[in-house]
Amino acid sequence: MIPGQKQLSNLEELLEGVWKQNPVFVMVLGMCPTLAVSVSAMNAVSMGLATTFVLVGSTFLVSLLRNVIPKEVRIATYIVIIATFVTVVDYLIQAISLAVYDALGAFIQLIVVNCIILGRAEAHASKNPPLRSVLNALGMGAGFTVGLFALGGVREILGAGKLFGFSLFGPDFQPWVVMVLPPGGFFVLGAWLLLFNWLNSRKTDAAPAKPAEGHAHV
Amino acid sequence: MSEAVLPPVTPSGAMIRTLGLVATVCGVLIVTAYEGTLDAVNANKKIALERAVFKVIPGAAKVDEYVATATGIQPAGAAIPEGAVKFYAAYDQAGGLKGIAAEGAAKGYADTVRVMYAYDPAKQAVTGLGVVSMRETPGIGDKIYTDEAFLKNFEALDVQLSSDMKALANAVKVVKHGTKQNAWEIDAISGATVTSKAVGRGINESARKLLPLLVPNLEKLKTAPSPNAQSAVSPPFIKGGEGGFSTVSITHTLTHLSQNPPQPPLSPPGGIEKGWRWQAHLAEEVTS
Amino acid sequence: MSESLYQIFIGTLLANNFVLAMFLGLCPFLGVSARLNTALPMGAATTFVMLVASLCAFGLNWLVTTFHLEFLRLISYIVIIASAVQLVEMVLKKYSPVLFRALGIYLPLITTNCAVLGVALFQTAREYSFTQALTFATAGGLGFTLALLLMAGLRERLNLASVPNVVQGTALSLMLAGLLSLAFMGFAGLGAGE
Repeated sequence: MIPGQKQLSNLEELLEGVWKQNPVFVMVLGMCPTLAVSVSAMNAVSMGLATTFVLVGSTFLVSLLRNVIPKEVRIATYIVIIATFVTVVDYLIQAISLAVYDALGAFIQLIVVNCIILGRAEAHASKNPPLRSVLNALGMGAGFTVGLFALGGVREILGAGKLFGFSLFGPDFQPWVVMVLPPGGFFVLGAWLLLFNWLNSRKTDAAPAKPAEGHAHV
Repeated sequence: MSEAVLPPVTPSGAMIRTLGLVATVCGVLIVTAYEGTLDAVNANKKIALERAVFKVIPGAAKVDEYVATATGIQPAGAAIPEGAVKFYAAYDQAGGLKGIAAEGAAKGYADTVRVMYAYDPAKQAVTGLGVVSMRETPGIGDKIYTDEAFLKNFEALDVQLSSDMKALANAVKVVKHGTKQNAWEIDAISGATVTSKAVGRGINESARKLLPLLVPNLEKLKTAPSPNAQSAVSPPFIKGGEGGFSTVSITHTLTHLSQNPPQPPLSPPGGIEKGWRWQAHLAEEVTS
Repeated sequence: MSESLYQIFIGTLLANNFVLAMFLGLCPFLGVSARLNTALPMGAATTFVMLVASLCAFGLNWLVTTFHLEFLRLISYIVIIASAVQLVEMVLKKYSPVLFRALGIYLPLITTNCAVLGVALFQTAREYSFTQALTFATAGGLGFTLALLLMAGLRERLNLASVPNVVQGTALSLMLAGLLSLAFMGFAGLGAGE
């Protein structure tokens, strides 16, 4: 997943997922929860944090066990480990706030099938010691949370005129309702990718030696 | 996954040992999390239920869960008998019955609309409505909890039983906006008829099943059962509930996949921010 | 409330389409929708896995509820789904190696397709009966296939159009999906009943 991997410093390892390999905007992974729960900033951040928890927990365990797990059953093992942490986070969220739990609904349990987590376990944690895996996972989680927030924030501001539930524009604001409906999710993410494409293409124009198109995932 | 076709390089004994080890670690983790959060989760659920019930029955201080069956009513236990209808009895501070609350659900415009309604035994009428969950179109379907005129329908919606106590005297019916004539009719919101009808159907369906089982046994509920520690309401909550939004008998929690940003229960104009803070404060108190 | 089978079918197929309204199964939706001739088998395979998953989830749910092991529900679902996918993979490999290669990495990835786990989780959350669950799974799979086919058709046409470089790739697919989703919103209210 990370082409031409060199030995990175711990800080670089952490920042990798936040910017260069941002799971939402660069790798375009884990789209289902990204689009489904990003109707508001609050939902987006809760989802981001829950995913980060699962990511850190499961990569840590996978990394600890990386020399014990036989290659033949590794995917099954990873999935069981991930499902464990998702179950844990499911109960934690219920204990912390039922409102958040109801708002995220089935998408908490659907963290299991978020490709980011399995991808990290397979591509990074199975080859690196625990500390580095956790750093990388923290970065990825932060990147995912930032991406979700960028989406949820925009959708909540445009679609409801609020941010984190606080009214921004006063009572005269006419909400752009479609933004909090499903099509809005596609449009806003599409618009963000467009922006990044445009920035990238400007950078390539300035320095034509570098290849563009960071997000060649699909 | 496709590794399964490669010739095995690891003896199956080692594989089974590893899987066993992983399963043990995972099992321990899950059970620890489950046991560790059980109390907090139950407390949260209790508070969410109470909040929902108190919104439709202002002045209530304690809620008990019951099920109504063909043979009578009983406190809701772990096993709910076949054909039983769940409802909530709300009591005031002195232990007198304030009202009954129950949930109704019906298919709306986008998905199922779940409502909580209050039943007043003395008036034999529905006296309050709250939305438990829905994902109707924002700005249109959500009028069922913002439209004052629509909520007026539920100040005294007639659901009295027929003389043989077997059915509702008049089925709850949603009529076109502006044509309400009888006490058992609901005046639909103009432009959100499908959602209004879902609310009406949900209440009708639930009341039709619940009330014939409940009303003959109402005497048993008149006073609160012997207090048990579990269902006593913690003092901070009562204070919050009364100081917060007891004037508006409605609640709005979000469903899975909700299309709406999380919102506090409806509060008087300008009270939204206050409500949020209050909820956060409450959550802290519950978890700590 | 008891939903009629018709309501579940129409609602899940169109009004609450898995991909376009519920955001389930987006990875294959964007990944395998480049050509019509891979979109159809992918949809069929996913529908099949969904049906198997739905059946198994129904049985498993009964099992974990009876023994009060609700905290094991998620793990057991995902393990069952992984096995079902493995089964489909083996069958396809034996009987249609061409198709097997065409679907490539996306075939094992059905395991991590949220639409499949979504079927299992939603039917549990909504307390569907056996027939309701099967209807739900069928409609969900068909809805997924429908969205995949529509998208693939659009993208094949798009290959012939000249699109600015900046817009190409995922951004364009997402915009297309947004338009499709907007169109599908017109189905809302179908099967609401009177």
